[in-house]
Amino acid sequence: MGTFIPNTREEQLKMLKEIGYKDFDDLFKIIPDEAKVKGELNLPEGLNEIEVDRKVQGLANKNVVFRSIFRGAGAYNHYVPSAVDAIAGKEEFLTAYTPYQAEISQGILQSIFEYQTMIAEITGMDIANASLYDGASAAAEACWMCKDRKHSTIYVSGALDWRILEVIKTYSFGRESKVVVIPDKDGVTDADALRKALADDPEASCFLMQYPNFYGIVEDVDELCKATHEADAKFIMYCHPLALGALRSPGEVGADIAVGEGQPLGLGLEFGGPYLGFLSTKEENMRTIPGRLIGETVDTKGDRGFVLTIQAREQHIRREKASSNVCSNEAWCALRAGIYLSTIGPKGFEEVATLCSSKAHYMADELGKIGMNLVYGGEFWNEFVTTCPDAEKLNAALEERGILGGLPICDGNILWCCTELNSKEDIDEVIAAAKEVF
Amino acid sequence: MKLIFEKSIPGRGQDIFPKCDVPVKMPNVKAKEIKARLPEISENEMGRHYTALAKRAHGVNDGFYPLGSCTMKHNPRINEKMANLPGFAKLHPLQPEHTVQGANELITELEQFLCEITGMDAVTFQPAAGAHGEFAGLLLIKAYHHDRGEAERNEILVPDAAHGTNPASATMAGYKSITIKSNENGTVDIEDLKAHLGPKTAGLMLTNPNTVGLFDPNIMEITRLVHEAGGLCYYDGANLNAVIGIVRPADIGFDVIHMNLHKTFSTPHGGGGPGSGPCGCKDFLMPFLPGLTCKDGKEYKRAEKSIGNLTGFYGNFLVNVKAYTYLLTIGKDVASLAQNAVLNANYMQEKLKDIYPIAFDTTCMHEFVIGLDPIYRKTHVSALDVAKALLDYGIHPPTIYFPLIVHEALMIEPTETETRETLDEAIEAFREIYDRIFNSPESVQQAPQTTPVLRLDDTRAAREPHLRYTFD
Repeated sequence: MGTFIPNTREEQLKMLKEIGYKDFDDLFKIIPDEAKVKGELNLPEGLNEIEVDRKVQGLANKNVVFRSIFRGAGAYNHYVPSAVDAIAGKEEFLTAYTPYQAEISQGILQSIFEYQTMIAEITGMDIANASLYDGASAAAEACWMCKDRKHSTIYVSGALDWRILEVIKTYSFGRESKVVVIPDKDGVTDADALRKALADDPEASCFLMQYPNFYGIVEDVDELCKATHEADAKFIMYCHPLALGALRSPGEVGADIAVGEGQPLGLGLEFGGPYLGFLSTKEENMRTIPGRLIGETVDTKGDRGFVLTIQAREQHIRREKASSNVCSNEAWCALRAGIYLSTIGPKGFEEVATLCSSKAHYMADELGKIGMNLVYGGEFWNEFVTTCPDAEKLNAALEERGILGGLPICDGNILWCCTELNSKEDIDEVIAAAKEVF
Repeated sequence: MKLIFEKSIPGRGQDIFPKCDVPVKMPNVKAKEIKARLPEISENEMGRHYTALAKRAHGVNDGFYPLGSCTMKHNPRINEKMANLPGFAKLHPLQPEHTVQGANELITELEQFLCEITGMDAVTFQPAAGAHGEFAGLLLIKAYHHDRGEAERNEILVPDAAHGTNPASATMAGYKSITIKSNENGTVDIEDLKAHLGPKTAGLMLTNPNTVGLFDPNIMEITRLVHEAGGLCYYDGANLNAVIGIVRPADIGFDVIHMNLHKTFSTPHGGGGPGSGPCGCKDFLMPFLPGLTCKDGKEYKRAEKSIGNLTGFYGNFLVNVKAYTYLLTIGKDVASLAQNAVLNANYMQEKLKDIYPIAFDTTCMHEFVIGLDPIYRKTHVSALDVAKALLDYGIHPPTIYFPLIVHEALMIEPTETETRETLDEAIEAFREIYDRIFNSPESVQQAPQTTPVLRLDDTRAAREPHLRYTFD
């Protein structure tokens, strides 16, 4: 059995005697007997480190790691610079708790303050919070921010990833607000339907759309923003953070809240988590933001320092009146995002957005040449949908070559994704495989 | 120290991305006009920046961290190594099922372990943190009552000693929180509980041992009373480390539970997260579970009346890998964790109680609470002052001003992974601070003196919020 308990049995007994207990049974007699476990738990014998290593490695080896990935749909295979792992691996960062005691947590606090600034910068908003669990739960929290006494209906685009919609609906079951999906037409939100729905509903609180949307299309955000604001509702943009190196930011568009999945910013695919929900907004919404906020202040000597702030919104102060129940967030993932954005800088931020877009367009062109045509006409960035004679067959053939193909979606179509990690050679290999199959 | 933006020089930077090997093509949409002001900095300078930040942080690896209710135990290195294996870290969440069989097997086995430890019948890994697990558990309770046509049950009972997340989660789940008083022993006041139970009761949320570190001696009666009123019992697993292997929440009448894998199950907290807050339940709640559930270790299915999803994919998978690795190491001897955790807490309590007022002076579980109020009244030295003074001894302070039922509270949780010597050093520090409270109170009130910054102005931060760097 492995153990991380330092004291030997003899030491423990000595300590027990010293404070007046015979043994552990004596110490635990405060628990009524009827509440205690009878007999032994049905768990395996503990293992030493080498045995544990071997067993867990064995499980890891049963999974398939693809050498080339063309699937996105909410999880993106971007390069993680070496500095991110090296720096974030420092145990001072990894093994700290929430920075409640500011004087010895300046490192954590400052790193998050810098992260908040970077998220505000890339989204073009005034302020950002210290992180939420993931993109989908951040989207649900953003919708809740828009609710007031008279406005509670949440509108979302039909071209939103259904996984995000699902989380918004689950949160809404709790909070008892209505969620209405505006249908999509030709792969984009039906703006007329949105306008009509909002005009007919005095209780409309917000409209949330994805940028680029689930099908990869960059929608006419100006029209959607205008339609939403005309109805006095809040406009929420769910963004791919790296797309903002190429596309106008939510701030430039005039959105009220930007949210999204921060996984592309220095986190791996990780079988879905831990990821990073980011949320930024205009200054006027500061006091309804969910989760932690780090603010700048001074110490008794007048030197700059950082603290958890505006805590009157939070659960440990406001209890049932809190803006959210968030306590633990994804601070360490936010640290990674901060290191990632510092590593790539403004130049890299544009480069990576250009690479993703160019590769996706090249691949779409090449697929088109072999009859797998774009399903929608809209402009796209890193993802796009094509037809496919037999998605299952194609993906099976790709899998044999160590390639994870695009995600099969409705009507036998495929949602493809390219990142900077897909070389021309990799793309040509997919085309060659497809030619062999069909 | 400077912010990373203040170290940025235009034109500097790092070279990460290759030249584009295909024709450059961008979406034909309205052009971007405003550029993000990200830092331009060399790898060396960036590395030094973050190393300087790391030196200004304090983790479990830096020293004693008796932060009550947070279970800051040692985070084993093997956990990290296993979570970083490419066979886990490089899996796309939407890979075909037959390519992730090892991951599914791991989660299935972890579910079995956690079921055995808690006595529950199923566990969902959708929740990403403890509070998220509370939310999930309350939605299960809500779905259950609605399914039975009892939607009028809209009250959740929460003891006054509970974590703030409990009432906040209740609000998120659409419930009204009803506060139940604690009695003079620091546990649930049975008469007050009875007075609030009724046809509107959806359930009770309870932390046991509670936040003053006491195991409720009336627990069997409490859960029976709630059930008799038609409500369900929710176990806040924040303090599971105190009873793991000794008491199973399901055996003492609880129907739903969340666990904090970043507390009891040794996964690091990363300066605020990620955690993982799996939610367990008894079989009658299984039809409502969120996400996809897997009973055979192979195929994942949606529960028939599922409440939906709480995260985009399957929760914080890599954190779950760490907890699994931990449980493989500890195995059936999990009770040894609780034993040493409780021993360490009682050892510290016993060695401090002659001078510091203990809120409820009896055998504690994994943590105990000092109520500094009598000393504060005499000396004007507060719990905050004592906490700040501990910083100069290289000790992370306990949780302060919580639970709310104790005035000037200092809540101390040593955990099982600390040696007797570490406890003795901390006891010595507490005793020295006690002497200073009476001999030179201002030295305590002006602490800390050795930290990178001195006491910070929280009021100013909240009144004049600066939540981001302002560029020139």
